Amino acid sequence: MGGDRHPVSLLTRLKSPHTLAPSTAIAAVLGAGVPLLFVGLFFLWPVTTMMGRGFFPDGVLDLGGFADVLTRPRTLRLIGLTLGQASLAAVITTLLGVPVAHTLYRLRFRGRRVLRALIVVPFVLPTVVVGVAFRSLLREGGPLGFLALDGTFAGIMLALVFFNIAVVARTVGAAWEGLDDRQEEAARVLGASPARVFATVTLPRLAPAIVSAASVVFLFCSTAFGVVLVLGGVKFGTIETEIYLLTTQFLDLRGASVLSVTQLLVVVLVLVVAARLRPRQTAEKGRSLARSPRPTDAPTLVVTALVAAFLALPMVSMLVRSFTTRDGFGIGNYLALGTTGTRNALVVPVWVALGNSLTTALAATVLALVIGLSASLVISRRPRSLGLRRALTGLDGVLMLPLGVSAVTVGFGFLITLNQPPFDLRSSPVLVPIAQALVAVPLVVRTILPALTSIDPRLRESSAVLGASPLRVIRDVDLGIIARPVLAASGFAFAVALGEFGATSFLSRPDRPTLPVVIYRLIGQPGGDNFGMAIAASVILAAITVAVIALVERLRVGTVGAFS
Amino acid sequence: MLAASVVLTGCASTPAAESAPEETPEKLVLVTHDSFSLSEGTLEKFTTETGIEVEVTASGDAGELVNTLVLTKDSPLGDVVFGIDNTFASRAVSNDVLKDYVSGDLTDAESAYLLPAGSGGEQLTPIDNGDVCVNVDHEWFAENGLAEPVTLDDLVKPEYKDLLVTSAANSSSPGLAFLLATIASYGEDGWQDYWTKLVANGVKIDAGWSDAYYVDFSGPSSEGDRPLVVSYASSPPFEVPEGETVAPTGALLDTCFRQTEYAGVIAGTEYPTAAKKLVDFLFSVEVQNDIPENMYVFPVNAKATLPEGWSNYAEIATDPFVVDPADIDANREAWLTEWAAIATP
Repeated sequence: MGGDRHPVSLLTRLKSPHTLAPSTAIAAVLGAGVPLLFVGLFFLWPVTTMMGRGFFPDGVLDLGGFADVLTRPRTLRLIGLTLGQASLAAVITTLLGVPVAHTLYRLRFRGRRVLRALIVVPFVLPTVVVGVAFRSLLREGGPLGFLALDGTFAGIMLALVFFNIAVVARTVGAAWEGLDDRQEEAARVLGASPARVFATVTLPRLAPAIVSAASVVFLFCSTAFGVVLVLGGVKFGTIETEIYLLTTQFLDLRGASVLSVTQLLVVVLVLVVAARLRPRQTAEKGRSLARSPRPTDAPTLVVTALVAAFLALPMVSMLVRSFTTRDGFGIGNYLALGTTGTRNALVVPVWVALGNSLTTALAATVLALVIGLSASLVISRRPRSLGLRRALTGLDGVLMLPLGVSAVTVGFGFLITLNQPPFDLRSSPVLVPIAQALVAVPLVVRTILPALTSIDPRLRESSAVLGASPLRVIRDVDLGIIARPVLAASGFAFAVALGEFGATSFLSRPDRPTLPVVIYRLIGQPGGDNFGMAIAASVILAAITVAVIALVERLRVGTVGAFS
Repeated sequence: MLAASVVLTGCASTPAAESAPEETPEKLVLVTHDSFSLSEGTLEKFTTETGIEVEVTASGDAGELVNTLVLTKDSPLGDVVFGIDNTFASRAVSNDVLKDYVSGDLTDAESAYLLPAGSGGEQLTPIDNGDVCVNVDHEWFAENGLAEPVTLDDLVKPEYKDLLVTSAANSSSPGLAFLLATIASYGEDGWQDYWTKLVANGVKIDAGWSDAYYVDFSGPSSEGDRPLVVSYASSPPFEVPEGETVAPTGALLDTCFRQTEYAGVIAGTEYPTAAKKLVDFLFSVEVQNDIPENMYVFPVNAKATLPEGWSNYAEIATDPFVVDPADIDANREAWLTEWAAIATP
């Protein structure tokens, strides 16, 4: 209601009949409807059906599980551990990730594009391989054994930060590089110290992106599974590991459903808090030129160097291991990738699996971009009606849910829902990219949305006043400004899809395995060759990620002239 | 007795139940776990013989496989299942996800692998088996001048302190098998005491098999410093360097729990007759000869021949530990909860 008094809105309504045109309504319905349909069909329906099995064991509602499961000391301990672990990891990752974002997206120096690509590598590496790489360094008697981190909470923290630093660096970086720095210059000229400039001028404008990134990291960490098990040993657990145990070992669907609901509540709570914290503030876009490092950049450069060294350590040790064969140093493990492993550990050679991975990840990326982009365009609008605004916040939240819900619940949910025409997809290869896109969409939205909300609405309104149709406004104003974040998001989505294992392992067909599935299989078989091959295949996965992200970075440079 | 019951179940479950003549399908779906693998062309032989194609769908490990069958009972994923093991058989049976059928090709020689009546004896045909045993790094013990342990009792002795690594019973199937070996050995009331001693003697418990084997075990393809690891009896052959004949690691055959894997006809299949043929085919010599090199386990069929080299390296426990599948099913949750309290305080 209040919006009606807003002078600009009034102006728009008076002078621009286009805002009420049917095409607007259709665009809005499509923009919101397609993502909703996607998430509804491939996430909400399977997950709620799966939970329903737990709550309606014999067709009768039984909520006794809540009292039963939630009063177990073990459950309470796990809920506490999950929340503590995820919040602490989100805080540490954010503290380290923001300086990295500054270095990689605001400063110009040799090798920054390679660095941008390298930090994404941990994100795609299979958790089992990273776990083994970390533990080889940290175990008693290992190179870093003196730190006594093996099997500790700190060890888990290290791994969670390792995996998620890219989320913060890239999400915040994408917002930061488009930020007009004239305000900072002005503050500096007026005598403010760099720290003060950052705290009072930059930080408030970056807040939406930082909160976005931190909430995504929280969600990723709260459902972390492999890392927690491998690095924490069996002492630590999370709601996620417990759901896995109850579902796959005990078939205790009642208990699993109670925990899934708990997980959902946690996720929704985090999303609500994040939405509250996320100021819907307009940051002017404009001139934004990366500059050469100055002496005052020393603190962020030091943090970035330390983070880079920390990320590089396990990667380098894997690289070295991949060239270690029984006969000494050599490329034997890589040559073996053309085979099916010692005693046919694999159904197809690793190269074929790589091909499967690339096509699947490409399909998932396209899907995630279509869904994520249309959702972001709709969510970024600020309709006058409070109800509509709330609905948009809701849509935003629904798209984030898949990050915070167990892959086991989703995987089994698929099997028990998508079993009848027209959605008889259980054995269909299309389920794999769909499942990967579910995880990638939130990242796409979180990368694009901060850029979209930072567009001054007056820009859209003035172009509407000047007679542009709503779709033309989207094309000329929105898409123009978000071209770079969209490219960033597509690279990231591709990386996520490439590395996704949880749901993929549930759904991929044995004759069409993806690279991570093959790596898990290799590392699950005895024999030096299979282990060496698993590490070599992981190195290949990492190399491809670097290549793809670097390519995207190159394309992004091409957009500079057009939009900045 | 056993042989008679085999023949009986074999006969009783053939056509009698199905009245209407059944069409021959173009394709059967074989639901299995993700370690399933056969040489190229093996399943095609079934197609050549019967004109029916076989499509393979894999779904997690043995536990996930059974749970998948239970969850999709109303709308089954396929016609035949392979890979249900003796630790999960009871769950499949008590949830009625299988049709009564055991291959009529089983003879006295294989009857020992049949599950007890009521726990899968009427529904599941044994296909392969393998032992989970403590593996030992021969070189380490030779270098350190220490005698290798032999029994479970030895593992809690002070001279073997801090030498054993295993994967957790609640997150890995070899880990569970090792726990079951100790339950079989020390009884339902004695294993807790054994595990308390094992923990006091410094056993390391990792989340998964690969973690235990590759990070903490000291074997030739591993990086760690513990010379004892819970793995498979078939692991040592993989460690034999090319051109050599002696395995640098071995299995302690008095510490083994036997896992047997079974095949069965899924209850909701539209093509029971064809499905039974596929179960028979999995038990046939053709498939059985192909199993060792692809799944590192032993074929059940007495007429199958082992590949060259297997008889040298791959050892079988003569008297492995056994726990009744019905007991496992009834106590799994209680045992694992108790185990977690002792082993991972």
